Amino acid sequence: MEARAIGISADSRAGSPSPARIALAAHARALIPHDPRILQIAFLGGLLAAGAYLRDFSLRPMQIALTFASALATQRLLDRLTRKPAPSLRSATITALSLTLLLRADSLWALPAAAVFAIASKFALRVRGKHLFNPANFGVGAALLLLPGTWISPGQWGSDVALAGWLVVLGATVASRARRADISWLFLAFYLGALAARVAWLGQRWAVWTHQLSSGALLLFTFFMISDPMTTPSHPKGRAAHAALVAAIAYAWGFGLFRTNAVLWALFVAAPMVAVWDVIWPAPKFDWTSMRGSITPKQAAQDQGGINGIDDIGKLASREPGESSMADAGASRDLDVVAAG
Amino acid sequence: MLVLAAILMLWPPADAQAFCGFYVGRADAQLYNHASQVVMVHDGDRTVLSLMNDYQGEPEEFALVIPVPVVLQQGQIHIGNRELFQRIDSYSAPRLVEYYDPSPCPLPMLEMQRGMNLGAATAGMAFDKAMREDAKALGVTVEVQYTVGEYDIVILSATQSDGLETWLQQTGYHLPQGLAVAVAPYIRQGMKFFVARVNLKEHQRTGLSYLRPIQFAFESPKFMLPIRLGMINANGPQDLIVYMLSREGRVETTDYRTVKLPSGMDVPEFVQGEFGKFYQAMFDQQVKRDEMRTVFTEYVWKMGWCDPCAAPPLSREELRALGVFWLDDNSPGRPQPGMPMINQQILPIPAPAPMQVILTRLHVRYSAATFPEDLTFQQTQDQENFQTRYVIRHPWAGSPDACAAAPAYFVELRRRHETDAATLADLTGWDLAGVLRQAGLGPEDRPQPWWQRLWETGQN
Repeated sequence: MEARAIGISADSRAGSPSPARIALAAHARALIPHDPRILQIAFLGGLLAAGAYLRDFSLRPMQIALTFASALATQRLLDRLTRKPAPSLRSATITALSLTLLLRADSLWALPAAAVFAIASKFALRVRGKHLFNPANFGVGAALLLLPGTWISPGQWGSDVALAGWLVVLGATVASRARRADISWLFLAFYLGALAARVAWLGQRWAVWTHQLSSGALLLFTFFMISDPMTTPSHPKGRAAHAALVAAIAYAWGFGLFRTNAVLWALFVAAPMVAVWDVIWPAPKFDWTSMRGSITPKQAAQDQGGINGIDDIGKLASREPGESSMADAGASRDLDVVAAG
Repeated sequence: MLVLAAILMLWPPADAQAFCGFYVGRADAQLYNHASQVVMVHDGDRTVLSLMNDYQGEPEEFALVIPVPVVLQQGQIHIGNRELFQRIDSYSAPRLVEYYDPSPCPLPMLEMQRGMNLGAATAGMAFDKAMREDAKALGVTVEVQYTVGEYDIVILSATQSDGLETWLQQTGYHLPQGLAVAVAPYIRQGMKFFVARVNLKEHQRTGLSYLRPIQFAFESPKFMLPIRLGMINANGPQDLIVYMLSREGRVETTDYRTVKLPSGMDVPEFVQGEFGKFYQAMFDQQVKRDEMRTVFTEYVWKMGWCDPCAAPPLSREELRALGVFWLDDNSPGRPQPGMPMINQQILPIPAPAPMQVILTRLHVRYSAATFPEDLTFQQTQDQENFQTRYVIRHPWAGSPDACAAAPAYFVELRRRHETDAATLADLTGWDLAGVLRQAGLGPEDRPQPWWQRLWETGQN
């Protein structure tokens, strides 16, 4: 494999990699988690810290603590009750992070209750062995519908924090060539395309369009919610159809009905269609457990690959059931930079 | 010749938007609209919008143009009462409170704690109107026309921004550059234009030297204020104060960050004499820190009480006059259990009747570059009270010889004064040396770093 160093080694001459670079590559890979959810947790955790520190997120530390406790406890309890093999708390952590980033409440109990809804929905609302709703999306939707004193503050991010978030997540996603990021890209193309068309039609300045992008909620939604591999259609065609549907509902919601939180509600109401897409275009279901490290850092060092940043994570964590030929060949370089939350 | 004074935008299909217009100078007259005040009552899809008008010029020289979602019938337009703006402003204004230090000496003396409103930074604003009606052709249609109060009102529909611009020019308005471009998006969305000018005869009949606020009531899912048009001829940043009256919770903007102003700090006593100046400097400083990209919350309170009260809460009748349309749902006059009583020491106010009305006072300073979109709002479920409030503490008037505890009190007092001065300098961006001087302290009274005194004693 051709070594491609990206701005890490001072020695960037072409040619075979030096032993030092190989060692560095091995070291870098050792740092990269096998499960993409670890990266997601790191990113969302960073965003939460930035929001709490730099922004007035109107979120109390106790709310955060109780939300995590509630999400993790519910996950653990339901895993036990259903005797789930290889239980993991990673998805529940992502759900708790997403909820604390998005949902606001004037009480201490509403966020933890939303976390219970979110986690429980994974076990209760299932079609053909797949849960129907992205847990965080369901938790937010259920809270807004059922719990008093809850709301979302779409403007809480500020354009600078949102911009920084976009840069990081876009960079990581591009670099990783994430497989299920296809639905993120398609959604962005449809939705931002519709927004751009509206700006052009109204004769507004383009600053309006860029301002509409400066929403941390849109970023979270695009890369951590709609792309959740557990709740997206299994087949690429299904994902394309779903992206178009969600974008259309979101546009109509925001600019036809003039309601807030358009993308979140769009995904919420469109969720049942995933089951339909899966019938029309059947494909094997995603499974996180297949993504646990099949390649050790030592092995990674041996293949002398250059440092491709996050790109190489794909090698470590890209197996899906039914795609063993690709994974076995070690040629698949995709990564699901997506969320379970 | 008429001067198009302010353009107010109400927006598309049934929604309320206010915007704080732009002034058009006649000849070399320079008119600015620095601060606008809007009261917006919103619940469900219903909105009542009241626009303050503090135009100072000749009444015949003003016109007001407002895009509205639908053709407004005569009954949907009302002429308001200017005093109501002053009432809601003074009720919600940022406030300074004072406390008196208790004696440090162990005497059975009640702590004298008194909060009182010493000053209020109030807002000024300008809305203005003038208009002329004699349109035809140009894609401009006169839908309805009537006279309400001292205003002659025309509702227009336009198909092209050029047509509207030409019509306004033909009828004698001086228009700012870029009007057609700015108006186009509103026309594209199918809005009508509300154009009002002063009917001199009616104006004389009112016997008033000023123009009264105009109020609109309409139904629309959109909850926003168009501010973009007012930027056309703005001479620098503009201020807008929006008094939101809602039912379920605090109101915030959805497309910009809404933050609460710093509040609750102790500041030096001399601020009492210049609270307005202090507040302006503090607000300037906050705007600068956020690069003029945020909307500030100055006040959130359940109407009916306050603590301390800068002014008595608005009565049911005043709220209804401002457009609060859900008051009839409540049975009037029922005492509300659990309602905190108004601080009787401050303002003796009779216990108010229960009213589910929450006032959110938003203050935004905007420019064309930092606010590319109109303001859109949402009602949250947040009912937590908030007020922009600063505190001064008067020292105990005793002597250091009064008792054993007294000297320590004065040492602590000195330290407190230093801290308060530093707080003030930080809040306002004022020079610390100047603040210390004003507070009666010397440059040596700057708060010392903690390590300064660490080795001062015991060192040779």
